[in-house]
Amino acid sequence: MDAAAIRGIIEKGLLQIAPEAEFDDLQPTENIREELDIDSFDFLNFLIGLNEELGVDIPESDYEKLITMNDLTAYLEEKLQ
Amino acid sequence: MGWQPIRKDPSRWRVAPNLPDYHQARAEFSWNAVRRELSGLPDGRGLNIAYEAVDRHVDQGRGDRVALRWLSKEGQVEDFSYTDLRDRSNRFANLLRNLGIGKGERVFSLSSRIPELYCAVLGTLKNLSVFCPLFSAFGPEPIAQRLERGDARVLVTSERLYRKKVQALRHALPQLEYILLTDSTADQPDNVLSLSRLLQESETQFSIPQTDPEDMALLHFTSGTTGKPKGAVHVHNAVMTHYLTGKYVLDLHPEDIFWCTADCGWVTGTSYGIIAPLTHGVTNLVDEADFESERWCRNLEEQRVNVWYTAPTAIRMLMRSGLKPREKYDLSHLRLVHSVGEPLNPEAVVWGVEALGLPIHDNWWQTETGGIMIANYPAMEIRPGSMGRPLPGIEAAIVHRISESEVEVEDHPGCEGELALRQGWPSMFRAYLHDEQRYRKCFAGDWYITGDLAERDADGYFWFVGRADDIIKTSGHMVGPFEVESALMEHPAVAEVGVIGKPEEMIGELVKAFVALKSDAVASEELRLELLGFARKKLGSAVAPKEIEFVANLPKTRSGKIMRRLLKARELGLPEGDTSTLENG
Repeated sequence: MDAAAIRGIIEKGLLQIAPEAEFDDLQPTENIREELDIDSFDFLNFLIGLNEELGVDIPESDYEKLITMNDLTAYLEEKLQ
Repeated sequence: MGWQPIRKDPSRWRVAPNLPDYHQARAEFSWNAVRRELSGLPDGRGLNIAYEAVDRHVDQGRGDRVALRWLSKEGQVEDFSYTDLRDRSNRFANLLRNLGIGKGERVFSLSSRIPELYCAVLGTLKNLSVFCPLFSAFGPEPIAQRLERGDARVLVTSERLYRKKVQALRHALPQLEYILLTDSTADQPDNVLSLSRLLQESETQFSIPQTDPEDMALLHFTSGTTGKPKGAVHVHNAVMTHYLTGKYVLDLHPEDIFWCTADCGWVTGTSYGIIAPLTHGVTNLVDEADFESERWCRNLEEQRVNVWYTAPTAIRMLMRSGLKPREKYDLSHLRLVHSVGEPLNPEAVVWGVEALGLPIHDNWWQTETGGIMIANYPAMEIRPGSMGRPLPGIEAAIVHRISESEVEVEDHPGCEGELALRQGWPSMFRAYLHDEQRYRKCFAGDWYITGDLAERDADGYFWFVGRADDIIKTSGHMVGPFEVESALMEHPAVAEVGVIGKPEEMIGELVKAFVALKSDAVASEELRLELLGFARKKLGSAVAPKEIEFVANLPKTRSGKIMRRLLKARELGLPEGDTSTLENG
């Protein structure tokens, strides 16, 4: 799976929680939670959803590294290799 | 109540607790004695929260002690001594004075946890203006409502939050004269000013004017079942409760490093994230970042936190993560853990013993009470699931309403009723701003009726049962169903809405909306998401529903009022009971 496909899955997951999100306004290095107004509870559910969708195990100890779109895409790309 | 009590042996502790004997402290208690432990303004000029929190430590030779240790999101650490905090808050007080903002006028904040915010709170109090914090995850509607209702003259915020949440509604807020941006070096049109520039131009010398203990100091908004949010007014005298609870409940000692994880946008973040710890001269830790299990545990270890005050949602998220903090991190400095926001389930209290090496002390209070009222104290046996016993100086009771102005006190242990407090403690709210009628309705005779249902056991421990009204408690904060319903009603496809709190393991309750559509609208997944986004844009993540369910119609009384309790009973699969008693037709 390439970066664009992964990004598509991430966006789909985020839209379930924040359907009003406009990804054109979100820079790849911006804090996703802050920019899209996603609280801890919703972010946790989003990551659990990604886990299920991609079959990738995302341990909670890694959550603090997953701040931006770039972080998430790179992290999942590596895990999916 | 089938959990074993957690007994303690304070004689073995390295720090002797401030409250070794609960019953003795209650018997000997006097507010005058508490007042004597505070300094009061020099030359008998009264009592000011900011002086007790900051300046008096400098005046008494403790100015070099670290008052605020700030951790940025990126991991930088910045220390501010009590002298720094005095000078910076003086600058903010002078800034307000130079802008012509005076006594009683309201200064609002909408900000993440940054040092400028703390200096603004204290500077506002020094100038005898009134501080009102807003939570940054509110959307434009709750923000505008509160700014308007609270007569905001000044708003301290960031460029991003201003642009996203306030700018578009500014025209409807003519009283809001100044916007002070924490992250802009240049002024912008419409009195949108650079805070750093203004601070630089302001003096570090400021003499706090005469402060009557009954002068208004803080304004905290809280949600009601119906109507607009209520602005609970607190006065400078509240510092007595902040100090006392810092002493007896949090058990603060001058050498302590204390961490309250609450955001300043809520009352806990002000009373215990700023005022109470500073009145004790401790080092107050502030983390700009939100909850993240590893980061928080690392904070406890690296910052050598002694006393930690957090919330059930965070504790349950830690539990869920499977992390065993004590095995991975050195928590040997940690002496006490406290929790507030909603009742802490007994499993979580006991989890603390295993995972942190310490039981978690739950306590109970509200925006209206200004400070902790009922608590589990360090040296007192914990009964897991109980909120503990009333603070010395506070009388709590279980009551039943007989009429609007009368209650009957329930003397029998184990009987459910409304939790009430005998009125008159220093941090009791003095008004709901511009809403005298709603304020009066909170009292019956000598009692303040809290709106919580509870019971008391034979030994005087109080146990939370539920809310007496429809207010939703989610992630430790209140959401009024009416606010959410009103926002959704503005969508053209929506005919009716009923909003309830659906029990949720981690966050207590989640906001759930039942929506009946207009006859020309069709329920679909697309429409559900559209409504969710619509509500989030207006209300923000802190208030918006997390679940939306379409229904053909909503249960209503004969007068057309939506029966939220019936919706909740259906959601929980409970018997619907005699519906005629749920709400009056």
